[in-house]
Amino acid sequence: MTPVPAGAPLVEVADLHVSFGDVRAVDGLSFTLEPGAALGVVGESGSGKSASAYALLGLHRGTGARVSGAIRVGGVDVVAASDAELRSLRGGLAAMVFQDPLSSLDPYYTIGDQIAEVYRVHKGGSRRAARARAITVLDRVGIPDAARKSRSRPHEFSGGMRQRALIAMALACEPRLLIADEPTTALDVTVQAQILDLLHDLRRDTGLGLLLVTHDVGVAAESVDEVLVMRAGREVERGPVGSVLASPRESYTKALLSAVPRLSPSPGTEAAGAPPRTPFAPERRSSSNAGRAEDAAEPSTDRATGPAWPAVAEGAEPSPARGAGNCATSHARSAAVPSPRRGSGRGGVGEEPAAGEGLVMEAVGLRKRFGRGRAAFDAVDGVDLHVRRGETLGIVGESGSGKTTLGRMLVGLLEPSAGRVTRTGDVQMVFQDPVSSLNPRRSIGESVADPLRAAGERDDTRIRARVAELLARVGLDPDRYDSYPHEFSGGQRQRVGIARALAAEPKLIVCDEPVSALDVTTQAQVTELLAELQRELGLALVFVAHDLAVVRQVSDRVAVMRQGRIVEEGEVDVVYGEPKDPYTRQLLAAVPSLDPALAAVRRAARREGAEAAVA
Amino acid sequence: MNGFTGFLLRRIAGAVFVLLALSVVVYAVFYVAPGNVAQIVCGERCSPQQVALVHDKLGLDDPLYLQYGHFVQGIFAGRDFSSGTGVVHCSAPCLGQSYRTDEQVTDLILGKLPVTGSLVIGAFALWLLIGVGTGVLSAWKRGGVVERLLTWLTLAGTSTPVFVIGLLLIIILCSTLQWLPFPQYVPFTDNPEQWFWGLLLPWFSLALIESAKYARLTRSSMLETLAEDHVRTFRAYGLTERAIVGRHALRGAVAPVIALSALDAGTMFGSAVLTETLFGIPGIGRQLVESVRTVDLPVVVGVVLTTGFFVVLANAVADVLYAMADRRVVLS
Repeated sequence: MTPVPAGAPLVEVADLHVSFGDVRAVDGLSFTLEPGAALGVVGESGSGKSASAYALLGLHRGTGARVSGAIRVGGVDVVAASDAELRSLRGGLAAMVFQDPLSSLDPYYTIGDQIAEVYRVHKGGSRRAARARAITVLDRVGIPDAARKSRSRPHEFSGGMRQRALIAMALACEPRLLIADEPTTALDVTVQAQILDLLHDLRRDTGLGLLLVTHDVGVAAESVDEVLVMRAGREVERGPVGSVLASPRESYTKALLSAVPRLSPSPGTEAAGAPPRTPFAPERRSSSNAGRAEDAAEPSTDRATGPAWPAVAEGAEPSPARGAGNCATSHARSAAVPSPRRGSGRGGVGEEPAAGEGLVMEAVGLRKRFGRGRAAFDAVDGVDLHVRRGETLGIVGESGSGKTTLGRMLVGLLEPSAGRVTRTGDVQMVFQDPVSSLNPRRSIGESVADPLRAAGERDDTRIRARVAELLARVGLDPDRYDSYPHEFSGGQRQRVGIARALAAEPKLIVCDEPVSALDVTTQAQVTELLAELQRELGLALVFVAHDLAVVRQVSDRVAVMRQGRIVEEGEVDVVYGEPKDPYTRQLLAAVPSLDPALAAVRRAARREGAEAAVA
Repeated sequence: MNGFTGFLLRRIAGAVFVLLALSVVVYAVFYVAPGNVAQIVCGERCSPQQVALVHDKLGLDDPLYLQYGHFVQGIFAGRDFSSGTGVVHCSAPCLGQSYRTDEQVTDLILGKLPVTGSLVIGAFALWLLIGVGTGVLSAWKRGGVVERLLTWLTLAGTSTPVFVIGLLLIIILCSTLQWLPFPQYVPFTDNPEQWFWGLLLPWFSLALIESAKYARLTRSSMLETLAEDHVRTFRAYGLTERAIVGRHALRGAVAPVIALSALDAGTMFGSAVLTETLFGIPGIGRQLVESVRTVDLPVVVGVVLTTGFFVVLANAVADVLYAMADRRVVLS
């Protein structure tokens, strides 16, 4: 391995530029990383954080990206290095861990063979020795029965195990630098905590330097000493993680931090004494104009939105400022429209039974079985729940908990195997992935008009008018009927999805992970939009998500799901404040804290818990 | 391998069903088609009495379902035919008796199978070699001279009718340059060397027609796998491009190629008729054309069923290969 002069930084980057065609992904970035230190690069999508990380291993070579500036990793000049030098750097001196551990491993070969192959590329030696090394590192990252598991293929591993395997591959040649690109983004929160703990232990034990790229400020707070906030290819702010997160200097950092949903109720809200969710109680909304006036006078309760947003505006989300403006003006324009329609339509709000008992949906003994015979399993296994008019029910759970299946049954996209769902009024759904849930070959106007046409509307003029109204309602330009999905950012596409759901004038919208594909600032805008629609239209929402903090922010009541069952249900403040079920407690304990000191305490507690469990 | 046995049984049951359905369709088509079968079989000079006799002998008076029933019975249990003077037994699997020659269809087809088999298997190997090779090269070295030349050649091969390619090859290689003997089918069991040389040109002609399709398929499939995350992983771990392309990308890319090529190889048993005709190879395809022309129903049904059998078989083989290549595929 290349000898590194003592005392030299492990990574030195000076005035790095990476551009793809006309897009400047990285625009003059400089930083250093000392041996054994950990730097977190934090930014939203499009900030250039991954492009910077890839540049450290020369991975832009041969891709058409232009790289300039100085990059030295462990003494190797990455920009000038030959292909062979670069190959010995990659995986040898510096190893990379990627976001999606399933697709990052070759499905056709066993885990052990893949690690062994990497080992032999750098260290040579016999196949047998390489296999032995593979088992050693798999054991090191905490894979039980590593010798046997090394003969498994990636799809036979769980998500967390796969990420451990990828980390094992990174460790195979004893690198001095680990570059982790969103290493836990695809993982459940409890698994994320385990992986972050593992990274922490590895650093402590081997003196590995860590460059952690993440969009999640909490993940950085848990894992690194120093944090570098990036935006539009440039450094916004850099400093010790504690001070940057506790007292950010730059307005962008402040906005970013304020957009991060918290587990605890927002202190500002409590101090002001404003009840967080109660303004949306049904009786207030029955006189809709009065309700709207109040809402207008009482702007967002949960998040600091107003002035912060324009500062957050960035290329990826072209017009949050304008979006917000549109939102505001569109109230005036569309405010009068929905109510008469609702009144004349299928039974207005006033015809509902007494407030409080106004259920829009009730599910009893819901069960969904997939597969047959011995392979059968119950994705949803006996769930009872109800949703009242105008309230938000959060359904939170990890992957495989059955929350998506449940959501689909509530809407009627899936037929339950047992039990029944009673709905009053129309129910619509908003999907997770705003990219794939819109047909790329149809204009967004056509997509939004689908429910109208399905309801029998034939008049194109009326359809266009109604779609324009709906687009304005969700804060989009009403004249963009003929635009196609690719012309919109992720957040805007999700708005289109919401407009489509609104078209049928539903009483209830089931949102399946509506914001999990979005950046935090965009996330905050979309949840804000949902809350606003709820206030103004008296919508009930079912909010299915894996993110405990987001669910807390938006929900009145929350149901915690595990293995097809609801383990705990109640008012958000109660469930989050005094969780009764051990699983709920475990989930809450695994959520990264924005306070590095608290994170360290929590990590110690988790370790004790794990040791206690073993003992 | 309990799951595997179940998979196999289900596949066989499905195959039998498909083949029976196929035979029903072929039967029906021929009986709906105009023309008096007995008259055609007997010949134009037959007297009405003779035609009636033939009609009787062929059992054409029986209702259609009964005729079909006899046919199916023959496949599974064998059946007897009257030859006018006596009774001829046709043992299972009996596909019937040619109207024209009284030859048993099963024997007829079994005689032709090795011929077409020789042609198809050799051409199959060649088109995979040429097609996949070109595809991999063109995905890997996009824009290179070799890639362009190969792509151009395979495209030219596909867009040229087999008669033109075959004739050109014969004229250049056999007549002008005299590098090869004029193609002639010699059974493998008679003389393996002559078998090989005699089939070389037919193989090439058939393979060239097919290879461009495979080159394109392999290329797009390769480009897809080369863009996959795990390829990026191995690049980030210092593997050479050769190892990445050869070991990691190609393995993922060949799966659709396997599936399609198995289907093609199966189909080719009945549809290599142009190549067979051009090179004078007495194969199944030529037999089929001849029998359709003479309305020799039992032979047509037999050949169609045999071809269908190979398509179904090839498909099942492809499924198993697919599952073995990619363990994520569950055989179900």
